[in-house]
Amino acid sequence: MSPRRQPEQQAPPVQKLALRYAKRGRARFASHRDFGRAFERALRRAEVPMAFSSGFHPHPRISYLNASPTGAATEAEYMVVGLATEVDPAWLRDTLNSALPDGLEIMAVVDAPSGLAERLKAAHWQVSLAGADPSEVAAAVQELLAQSTHLVSRQTKAGMREFDVRPAIHSLVAVADGFEVMSAIGEPLVRPEDVVVALQDVRPGLAGNGPGLANRLAQGTWDGERVQPPF
Amino acid sequence: MSAHVTSLYPRLEPLLAQVSKPVQYIGGEVNSVTRDFETAEVRWVLMYPDAYEVGQPNQGMAILYELLNEPDWMLAERSFSIWPDLAALMRRDGLPQFTLENHLPIKAFDLVGVSFSTELGYTNLLEALDLAGIPLHSVDRGEDDPLVIAGGHAAFNPEPIADFIDAAVLGDGEEASMRISELVRAWKLSGRPGGRDGLLDQLAQRGLAYVPSRYEVSYGDDHAIAAVQARPGIPARVRKHTLMELDEWPYPAKPIVPLAETVHERYSVEIFRGCTRGCRFCQAGMITRPVRERNIQTVGKMVEAGLAATGLEEVGLLSLSSADHSEIGPITKQLAERYSDSFVSLSLPSTRVDAFNIDLAAELSRNGRRSGLTFAPEGGTERLRKVINKMVTEDDLIHTVAAAFGAGWRQVKLYFMCGLPTETDEDVVAIAGMAARVIEEGRRAAGTRDVRCTISIGGFVPKSHTPFQWAAQADPETIDRRLRLLREKVREDRRFGRAISVRYHDGKPGMIEGLLSRGDRRVGAVIERVWRSGGVMDGWSEHFSFDRWVAAAEAELTPQGVDLEWYTTRERPVTEVLPWDHLDAGLDRDWLWQDYSDAIAGAGVDDCRWSGCYDCGVCPELGTEIQIGPTGRSLLPLKVVQHSA
Ligand code: B12
Ligand code: SF4
Repeated sequence: MSPRRQPEQQAPPVQKLALRYAKRGRARFASHRDFGRAFERALRRAEVPMAFSSGFHPHPRISYLNASPTGAATEAEYMVVGLATEVDPAWLRDTLNSALPDGLEIMAVVDAPSGLAERLKAAHWQVSLAGADPSEVAAAVQELLAQSTHLVSRQTKAGMREFDVRPAIHSLVAVADGFEVMSAIGEPLVRPEDVVVALQDVRPGLAGNGPGLANRLAQGTWDGERVQPPF
Repeated sequence: MSAHVTSLYPRLEPLLAQVSKPVQYIGGEVNSVTRDFETAEVRWVLMYPDAYEVGQPNQGMAILYELLNEPDWMLAERSFSIWPDLAALMRRDGLPQFTLENHLPIKAFDLVGVSFSTELGYTNLLEALDLAGIPLHSVDRGEDDPLVIAGGHAAFNPEPIADFIDAAVLGDGEEASMRISELVRAWKLSGRPGGRDGLLDQLAQRGLAYVPSRYEVSYGDDHAIAAVQARPGIPARVRKHTLMELDEWPYPAKPIVPLAETVHERYSVEIFRGCTRGCRFCQAGMITRPVRERNIQTVGKMVEAGLAATGLEEVGLLSLSSADHSEIGPITKQLAERYSDSFVSLSLPSTRVDAFNIDLAAELSRNGRRSGLTFAPEGGTERLRKVINKMVTEDDLIHTVAAAFGAGWRQVKLYFMCGLPTETDEDVVAIAGMAARVIEEGRRAAGTRDVRCTISIGGFVPKSHTPFQWAAQADPETIDRRLRLLREKVREDRRFGRAISVRYHDGKPGMIEGLLSRGDRRVGAVIERVWRSGGVMDGWSEHFSFDRWVAAAEAELTPQGVDLEWYTTRERPVTEVLPWDHLDAGLDRDWLWQDYSDAIAGAGVDDCRWSGCYDCGVCPELGTEIQIGPTGRSLLPLKVVQHSA
C-alpha cells in the first residue's frame, strides 16, 4: 500500500436541482448545521445518486442560500444540489420527504434557475409575540415606521455589533398575535429578532415577552408590494 | 401513574427560544417511536443522566428503547439531563422534567430506568428527580410515583445512591427489563397487590433486581460495615443478568438518528460482549464475563440494515477489545470491500497492542480515511504492566507502531493510567522513554520526521468487583507529582520531545470518582449535599467542583467517623465487608483476592478464551459459557434494493 495516495477525482454533476424546503413545529429549533446533517443522511437513506466533491473527504454537492436563524420556523429555505445521474424532480421531492425527520419538508424541486442567489433579496416574516398587548404592538409599529433610522445591537460571532434596522424594512404591519415584516436581505442582515428589539425600544411595555417566535413565509424579490418567490 | 396527562410542549416552546442548543429537547428524530400513552399498559422512561449529546449515542439505551417499544402493550420514551439555563426557566414556570417523545412529565410513567455508565451522573439523577417532582428519597415516594431503577455498569455498586433509587438491575438489561415489564403488567392487571411495596418485594424475591430497602446495613465500631442483612424471604445475594446467544438479539436495528450534534455519529454494532483478558483495573472486563461473540454474518446483516435505517456513514465495531474477535480479520476485510465505493468508513474503539496487526490496519484505512490510532499500554514499565496484567512488551508496542507508520499512519495516541498499585515515579517517567522510541522508530518506518505521539494519562480509580477493589487509591498529590515529572521528562527530550504531547487529567476529580465507586450508603448524604449546593453535570470539567465535594464529604462523613481518605486512599483488609459483597457478578471473592495477591507479586494470568478456564467463578456460578467463533463463514450477500430513480 502506498502511503499518502492522491485523492480520487470525482465527476462533475450531470444535473443541478433547486429545492425549497420548510422547517416547521419542533424542527424550528434545528440549527442550519443540524438540518445539513439530517439532509445528508436522508439523501443516503433514500439512495439519491448525489455528485460528490473531490478531495480526501468527498462531500455531496449541496449549496445552501440564506439560512434562517435557529429557532425560526420557515416555509421558504432554498438550496441547490448536484446529482451524478439525472432524476425526476418530483421523485426527489417525494423520496426525500419520506426520509426526512418530522417537521422538515421539501416543498418544491425544479431545475436550478440561473442567478438564484440574486433572486433571494427579500424575506417575508411573521412574528408572534405571545402575551403582548395588540394595541401596544400596533403603536410600536407606528412609532418605528415614523423613524428614519433605528439602531439596535446584537451579539455576533465577531462581538457586539450595532446596526440600523430601519432602512432594511420594506413593510411592517401589526397582526393579531404579533406583526409581519418584509425586509431586505443584505449586509448587515436584519433579523426578525432585531425588529422585535426595536419595537421593544420604542414601547418598553412590550419587553419581558422574550424574543417571540418567527416564521419565514417567503423569500424572493421585493416588487414594491410583496416578496415574489423565484419559483 | 395517573393516566390523564397532556403534552408540556406548548408551554416549553417559548422557553426553548431562550436557551442554548434547544434542538436537544425537541425529540422527533428519525427512528424515534411515539406511541399512545393512554392505551399503553406499561410505560417506561429511559433516562441517561447526562446531556443529550453524550447520552443519546449510548448503546445500552438504544437497545432497551427498541426492545421495550416492541410489544404493543408497552411504551418507552426518553429523557436526558436538562442544562441549568433551561432548568431555571422550567422551575420559574413550574414545568417538570419531560420526555422527548410526547413531552410528558416523567412522573406520569410507571418506571424510570436510569443508565449509569459512570458514577459522575449521580447528582444529575437528583436534579432530574427534583425537577420531575418525584421525591428524592425512595422512602418518601407514594403510590403515584414511578419506580426509579438504575442500570449500567455503575449499578454494580449502587450503594451510594441506595436511598434515591427503588431498585438496581445488575448486568445485561435485555431480558431483565422485559421480565420486569411483564411483572409490572401482571401486577397492574391484578389490581396492584401490596401496592408499590408489594411490587418491590416481588422484584427482589424473584432476583430480578436489587432492592436496597430490603437490605439492612449495620456498621461496626471500626466504622466499617458489620453486616448486610436481607429481610426474610429476600435472597441474601443478588446476581447479575447475562444474555447468551447474542446472534439472536440483533439490537439496535434502527437506532435513533439525532438531529442535534452528538459525541458519536456512527452506527455501532457490538461485535461481542464481555472480555476475559483479565486486566486487573478493568471493572467492565470483570463484570461482563464471559465473552459472547456475534458471528460475522450477524454483524454483516446488522451493518447493512443499520446503515439503511440511519443513513450514517461510519460503522463502529464496538466491544471491550474489538481486535480480539475470533473473526475480526474477515469481518473488517469483507466490510471494507463491501463498502469501498460508498464513503462508509469503519472504526474500532482503542485497540490492544497485541491484537493489532497490519492487515487490520490496512482494512481500517481504506478510502484514505486514516484517523489517529489509539493503543492502551496503561503502564510505563513491563513490571507495572505485569501488575495490572496487561501483558504486552515494549518491543511489541514498538513493532506494532512501526508497522502502522509504515502503512501510512502519522499519529498514535497512547493511553496510560497513573497511580496504579505498586507504581513508583520511575514507572511513570518511563512513559516518556517509550514515547521517544515510538517517534524514533516511527520516523524510520514512515520515512519522514513528520510523525506524532500523544500520551493521554489520567489517575487510576479502583472499582468494585475487580482484584483492585481492596487497593489504596493514590492520593492526588502523588498523581500530580508523577504527571509533572513525566511532562518535565518529555520537555527535556531535545530529539523527540517536540513530537510528543502529553494530555492529562489532574488527580483531584479521581478522588471523587473513587468515593462514589467504592462508597457505601453513607455517601448518599454527600451526593445530596453537593446537589443541594448547586452541583450538577459533574462529568463536565467546567461544572465539576472538587472543593464543593470535599466540603460536602467533610460535613456528612465526619459525624459518621469516616472521611474521604477512608473511602479512597485506604487499603481494605480481606476481612472487611465490602459494600457490594452481596451483589454478585459471578466472580469468586477468593479468586479476586488471589488475583490481587498475584498482582502485587507481579504474576500474570492468561485469557481463558485460549488458555483454559482458571476458575474466576463466573461460568459455573451463573450457568454461562464462552461463546466464540471462528465460524469460518463469510458475509451474506447484500439484499437487492429496488431503485425507483
Ligand atoms: C462508546 C463508549 C463511550 C462513548 C459514548 C458513551 C455513551 N453515552 O454511551 C463516550 C466516548 C462518550 C464515552 C465516554 C465515557 N466513558 Co465510555 N465507553 C464506551 C464503550 C466503548 C461502549 C459502551 C457501550 O455502548 N456498551 C455496550 C452497551 C450495550 O452496554 P451498556 O451501555 O452497559 O448497557 C447494557 C447494560 O449495562 C444494561 N443497562 C444499561 N443501562 C440500563 C438501564 C436500565 C434501567 C436497565 C434495566 C439496564 C441497563 O443493559 C444494556 C444492554 O445489556 C464502553 C466499553 C464497552 N464496550 O462497554 C466504554 C465505557 C463504558 N466507558 C467508560 C468510561 C470510564 C467513560 C468516561 C467516564 C471516560 C472519561 N473519563 O471521560 C466517559 C463518560 C461519559 C458519560 N458521561 O457517560 C468505562 C466505564 C468504566 C467502568 N464502569 O468501569 C467503559 C466500560 C470503558 C472502560 N473499559 O473503561 N464512552
Ligand atoms: S469461569 Fe473460567 S471460562 Fe468462565 S469467564 Fe471465568 S475464567 Fe473464563
